[in-house]
Amino acid sequence: MRFPMILQLLRQLFKKPHTNKFPTKYTPSSYTRFFADVHDGKKTMGVPVETPPGFRGKIQYEKDKCIGCQLCLKVCPSEAIEFKAEEKKIKIFLARCTFCSQCNDVCPVNCLSMSNEFLLADTDKYATDLIVE
Amino acid sequence: MKITGKTTYQLPIGPIHPALKEPVMFEFEVDGERIVNVNVRLGFVHRGVEWTATQRNPIQILYLAERICGICSYCHPMAFSLAVEHAAGIEVPERADYLRVIHGELERICSHILWAGVAAHEIGFDSVLFLTWQMREKGVDLTEYLTGNRITKGITMIGGVRRDITPDMHPKIQETLQYYKKNLKKLQQVFLDDKTFQMRCKDCGVLSKEDAIKLCAVGPTARASGVKKDVRLDQGYFAYSDLDFNYITPDIHTGEVHGDVYDRIVVRLLEIQQSIALIEQCLNQMPAGPIVSEPKIAKLLTTLKNATGEGIGRMEAPRGEVFHYVKLTAQDTPYAWKVRAPTYNNILPWIPMLINQQIADIPIVAASTDPCMSCTNRVTIVKNQGTSFLDKEDLHRMSIQKTRRLQL
Repeated sequence: MRFPMILQLLRQLFKKPHTNKFPTKYTPSSYTRFFADVHDGKKTMGVPVETPPGFRGKIQYEKDKCIGCQLCLKVCPSEAIEFKAEEKKIKIFLARCTFCSQCNDVCPVNCLSMSNEFLLADTDKYATDLIVE
Repeated sequence: MKITGKTTYQLPIGPIHPALKEPVMFEFEVDGERIVNVNVRLGFVHRGVEWTATQRNPIQILYLAERICGICSYCHPMAFSLAVEHAAGIEVPERADYLRVIHGELERICSHILWAGVAAHEIGFDSVLFLTWQMREKGVDLTEYLTGNRITKGITMIGGVRRDITPDMHPKIQETLQYYKKNLKKLQQVFLDDKTFQMRCKDCGVLSKEDAIKLCAVGPTARASGVKKDVRLDQGYFAYSDLDFNYITPDIHTGEVHGDVYDRIVVRLLEIQQSIALIEQCLNQMPAGPIVSEPKIAKLLTTLKNATGEGIGRMEAPRGEVFHYVKLTAQDTPYAWKVRAPTYNNILPWIPMLINQQIADIPIVAASTDPCMSCTNRVTIVKNQGTSFLDKEDLHRMSIQKTRRLQL
């Protein structure tokens, strides 16, 4: 066949698009306003593609379990973890985090875990949402 | 009256140019539409990755190595880990070797399909680009399922891998492999039987076997010219020596080797098929056992801290052979780390490929080696806020000067 793509293209005409329209079907004039509206409950966001089990999203920190051994500081590739000496606890800056979950693996008391939360974009890198402590 | 002869023109493209996706500088000498000569200049995106590594311990470097290249985000940390294992004498468990093969081949499938789309895009066949990227999505989904993330996999650990493939994961892997088997036929038809592809890619950007050997081309670029060169077979690292596969050269499909762009497409599409077969073999043959030689990372770090020695890691990345060198000197951080990405070898073959081609063929010929400039840039010279280049003569002169200094 000289042009085998033709069949595929004709078939594609009657198929649903493969792309998941997220967060909206059509680009809003301002995303900032759109997300503000979503926050106020005036508008709704599209449903994102489900994350698989074992996905590495935002870090969860169980402060009470932490023994302050500082092993996570040693293995963090982006140096996103700060040690609070007086409290003997850690503070994780997600703006620097590369989501490798190496700190989870090294933790002797398993006080760190990865959630499946991935919508972490922010204009301020020190936003409360981006600091785990 | 003076008769002026035909003259050639200089056509500079890059380092920043709308037609280029990455910064590289071409200086073409053109005679009408024909390229007479070409000069390639690199070193515009040096990121100091190797220097950064000397401030970090080997576990941290794994994730730095992952970020050398977005598409080869498995090969670089794995080659680094092979080098460290070589230097520190760490044994890898057998199951980990098989798991490493599976992840490596999965990355090859994703990379080759992505490349096929880019190649189609370069000749203006954008509907094929969308078809291939839709197919790639399946592979990326599987990667996310197996490793936790789509692109930066974070699966590598020195002495093994970080995540196991449990029996309940097999159905999803089988499903993806079946999808690829079914759709690969379609993709091969679209690429290899299409008249447009044949007209644009046949006898375009020819690299002869002699040139490929002489200029040290690697990976699919070399194999498309008929050079039987594949680190997986030559070196037999991981579990590749236990698996049944062979060199992929274009004559398997077409019966003869031309070394043109069409042959490079053939080789890559056949390699996808080969990778699917390799993953299936691995899933069937994989023995039970541990997946990492030292599960306690703190203990592993101490071992690496006390290790001395030099190690090399060679591995067949989707683009060709990737080479890492590591020197450990009983310190927290490695003394030296050297990365040689496959594109470095595939730059010089561009010159014989591009000469005598038309200007309009530049994009497809350049893309046919699957170049990745940012991975390649290892050296840049900055002096007084300007850039200066040390060419062969300069280095020779400096060498003579040093000899003279030592004689005094």
